[in-house]
Amino acid sequence: MQEKSWKPWALLGPALSAVFFLLVVPVCFIVVYSFWLRAPTGADIPAFQFGNYAKFFADFFYPSILIRTIRVSLETVALCLIMGYIPAYFFYQSQTKFKSLLLLLIMLPFWISFIIRTMSWINILGDTGLINYFLIKAGMLSKPLGMLYNEGSVLMGLIQYLLPFMILNIYVSLEGIDKSLIEAARSMGCTEWQAFKEVTLPLSLPGVSAGCLLVFVLTAGTYLPPMILGGPGNEMIANLIFKRVIGTLDWPFGSAISVMLLTLLVVIVWTYNRYLGIGQIFKSLQ
Amino acid sequence: MGNDLEKNLDRLHERYMNGEISRRNFLKYLGIAGAAAGLIGGPFDFFTKPAMAAKDIRFDGWGGVVSEAFREHAFKPFSEATGVKVVDGEFGDMDTYLTRVKASFPPGGEFNLAHLSGVFDYARYVGLDFHVELDESKIPNLNNVMEAMMTPYRSITKGTLSAVPYDYGQTGIAYNTKYISKEKAESSGASLLWDKELKGKLGSWGDWRTNIWYGALHTGQNPNNIKDLDAVWNALKEQRKMVKKYWASGAELMSLLANEEIYATVAWSGRVAALQAQGHPIGFLSPNNCYSWQECIFVLKGTDLDVAQQLLNFMLEPKCAIAVAVGQKYPSSLDPTKVPMPDEVKKLPAFDPTGKLQGYLFADPPYWNSHQLEWAEKWDRIKAGG
Repeated sequence: MQEKSWKPWALLGPALSAVFFLLVVPVCFIVVYSFWLRAPTGADIPAFQFGNYAKFFADFFYPSILIRTIRVSLETVALCLIMGYIPAYFFYQSQTKFKSLLLLLIMLPFWISFIIRTMSWINILGDTGLINYFLIKAGMLSKPLGMLYNEGSVLMGLIQYLLPFMILNIYVSLEGIDKSLIEAARSMGCTEWQAFKEVTLPLSLPGVSAGCLLVFVLTAGTYLPPMILGGPGNEMIANLIFKRVIGTLDWPFGSAISVMLLTLLVVIVWTYNRYLGIGQIFKSLQ
Repeated sequence: MGNDLEKNLDRLHERYMNGEISRRNFLKYLGIAGAAAGLIGGPFDFFTKPAMAAKDIRFDGWGGVVSEAFREHAFKPFSEATGVKVVDGEFGDMDTYLTRVKASFPPGGEFNLAHLSGVFDYARYVGLDFHVELDESKIPNLNNVMEAMMTPYRSITKGTLSAVPYDYGQTGIAYNTKYISKEKAESSGASLLWDKELKGKLGSWGDWRTNIWYGALHTGQNPNNIKDLDAVWNALKEQRKMVKKYWASGAELMSLLANEEIYATVAWSGRVAALQAQGHPIGFLSPNNCYSWQECIFVLKGTDLDVAQQLLNFMLEPKCAIAVAVGQKYPSSLDPTKVPMPDEVKKLPAFDPTGKLQGYLFADPPYWNSHQLEWAEKWDRIKAGG
């Protein structure tokens, strides 16, 4: 009995140590830094004061970027949901023997560097990019269409990064649905659409919500797509943190903004877990 | 190993984006890098690390064509001559690098030499106590360096040096000659960057100093003594509505101009020269009171000074300094009245044949550094649409 009690801890030890030293400790440092002061030279002065948090709320500029981040995150979630449900449903219904291969294709983009995937959109959406080149050659446009360095291109970059997460979450949820339930609904007179609406869709909602949560959290903390594909006015909260920490060497204020973002995400995850349960996300990762 | 591999891949990608290597070669080198990682990564890393612990010194620079010039004409021959390996790192901008130095422990210990831009940057490192005192008797080639470039550094470190001046250049205006005539560019000066006809085709660097400097020029003020700051902020707000992209690196600047995403932008003289050498129709305008800067090789606290001074003296040898100048396309700090310069250097943008740099306007370090926090935040706000 005694032997059993320490074995799980011994097995979990390396992973828990990694989480503690690589996640918990750095986050604690960030929290401590958020109370410090910055000297004009860029040096940090240990202190305990709430000036950095007061500064964040005293000026609507900073909350406005947080609001923009939330808005872009919600837009990304909505677009990923619409674009992700259809392929996930197709995989679920498909009887093809190549289903594993199709699922592998969903994961294929992860084999290429995120930076390269994001930058490749410049060659597609740019003024001299692929789309403009063909539209102009075909005589459909006289001058290039501005598709790059705006919110649309940022959303494009975010979707190509996050869509697989949404598809896989929904697919795992759909796979868990007993197909005899759908057959039962059909045998009782439901049309195909009614069976989907009354049986499949409600039962797939845990996967949908897990996908939405994952996409939202990852979007809210993303940094590269707004930087590479965004124009003036498309910055998100992670870009602001980067600027405060790197651009002005203001680590205390950068840390305070990081803590604000972290708090927001923790509240969202906690609310999700409270009402829907976090376990669904892990199912799709298995 | 991981860092080296990542760095090499970044460098390879940048060279591809700059158009210096073909797609075929890019893919070939990518494959070779992968194979190399497979061979010496993982379990073999244990054996490679001790082998790499031979005497070396770290140098961090701007990447792209600039780092390429240093590698080829300075570090490679230095290593062959002395056996000291120069570990070559890169950074995207001055602030990013300073953050990394600040984060290293002990501060400045992990990094040795850095290619810093602007006297204000020298002042920042000194202010953070990351500097050393060089023994100038061990760098005899300093005698050939322009006095005008050493004086500003000496004034900060009480007559001593923690760096050697190495090159200089300007942040002027690059414009596409297919769409903007030379006459129009010259008659507009700095105000070309506020030309309403170029709305949606203007670019700028994300750097706060450069934008405020040009805002001051556009509003007819001395950038080193701005009296009407509100006019500058208003000008930058007006310009922001016309800007398509605030670029973040030299490679991005070159890509935006080469792909005609933008027709005019503030630009580093050497990068424009590189674009011109590649055959792109890009002109360079140096408006009145153009933003000039001088770069130095700064030695950070904790560095082996004997090795550092040996390398610095080697880099200031006329043969090496001129080759680097031609390669990176920025004029050398060597006084052209003492060291004859070849035509390739004389033709570089911003070259001063007198060696006095009179008429070149540099950022005044105390003035700009004292406003950094306030102005950088204000600029970020304008840039973000606040």
